[in-house]
Amino acid sequence: MNVPDNLRYAESHEWILVEGDTGTVGITDHAQAELTDIVFAEPPALGKSLKAGDVGAVVESVKAASDIYSPVSGEVLARNEVIERTPALLNTDPFGDGWIYKIRLSNPAELESLKDPAAYRAQIGA
Amino acid sequence: MVDFAGWEMPVQYSGILDEHRAVRESAGVFDVSHMGEFFVSGPAGAAWLDSLLTNNVAALESGRAHYSLMLNERGGVIDDLIVYRLGPSEFLLVVNASMIGEDAEWMKARLREGVEFENRSGDYAALAVQGSDAGKIFEKVIGGVMPSERNCVLEIGEGFLVTTGYTGEKGFEWILPAAEATDAWGRILEAGAKPCGLGARDTLRLEMCYPLNGSDLSPDHTPLEAGLGYFVDFTKPDFIGKEALAAQEAAGIPRRLCALKAMEKSPPLRPHYPVFIGGEQVGETTSGAHSPSLGCGIAMAYLPADAGKPGQEVAIEVRGKKFRACVHKKPLYQKAS
Repeated sequence: MNVPDNLRYAESHEWILVEGDTGTVGITDHAQAELTDIVFAEPPALGKSLKAGDVGAVVESVKAASDIYSPVSGEVLARNEVIERTPALLNTDPFGDGWIYKIRLSNPAELESLKDPAAYRAQIGA
Repeated sequence: MVDFAGWEMPVQYSGILDEHRAVRESAGVFDVSHMGEFFVSGPAGAAWLDSLLTNNVAALESGRAHYSLMLNERGGVIDDLIVYRLGPSEFLLVVNASMIGEDAEWMKARLREGVEFENRSGDYAALAVQGSDAGKIFEKVIGGVMPSERNCVLEIGEGFLVTTGYTGEKGFEWILPAAEATDAWGRILEAGAKPCGLGARDTLRLEMCYPLNGSDLSPDHTPLEAGLGYFVDFTKPDFIGKEALAAQEAAGIPRRLCALKAMEKSPPLRPHYPVFIGGEQVGETTSGAHSPSLGCGIAMAYLPADAGKPGQEVAIEVRGKKFRACVHKKPLYQKAS
């Protein structure tokens, strides 16, 4: 299971890539493997203000609908419209083209409560 | 693994889309051992079943099977089942897992002289092989040629095989002693069938608009409402629920189980989503899924009879947002011939 070293992870299987005050959010390889066959993705609206733990997006596999929780608080700066048309990117490239949204961090201290790659690997038994 | 009527069952093996495609294009196998098996025999067996079930058991030939329904006095569905006629006065009934207890109790409470009833659900496993390659698998695993007609019953050792299914594809369902199931499963896989779980079973049957008891069928809806009138024989002298059905037919069937197909990109449809016509809620989905064959949301819902006509536009609400859909002729999926 792929767990890139340059990301932070939420216990609920989202990842965040932090560059300056901007974070890019997606779901992990483990999450996509569990969900399988993602056929619908709905990133948050531009400008939406999210608190850490809020539902930031919804993805649905053939099996079930899953809420994607925002790992941090902030304002939505960008939404990946490509995954709306091609939701399978969340399965095939969860850490790349399958990103879901970008957020301007309003409280970077929240990153401290997220897991580092080692801790996330331990959580999923990878 | 999920709990299904007390059975631990996989939703999927390799993935629902992959398994669904295998059944539509080649062959898949489902472990349906959770289904219940009742044996009925005795000189009064056929007449007794005819008093409990909607389809005509007396007219069913030995070596054949048919679909039937067991109703309450109000004409509501207790269960839907397959009746196998094994001999002049020997029958096997295959019932839904979640209903084994209730069905057996209902039937035993109405037992008559000259009828033997035995619930042997624990003794049998069941494997369903479905898809255009099912005949090849039959040849390798069972031997000989699979009957080309549907609903043919064969006795195979201590087990029974019938050319039925729940997917709209060719195939067979094999009821066999539980101790033989693991070996049979292995041989079916070796013969080329892909293992399939509950997830693909649901998407396949919903594309065909085959109802699922507990979702699309319930004690509060009659088979006439569910569009299963074909399996109700009104010429029989009597069966439980007949009077209520006749009254409903005379008065006009108030609502019908309709097939719905999304007309725009939408999240996969699921059960219990509200259905609207012209801003007014007229029902809710009883089943719903993303159709792997059609690539869009599909569902079924009871709609007022005057609205339940193909082409009728409806809106289905998903998480507060409405998506356009329309009533579609059943089945939702038809194999390109």
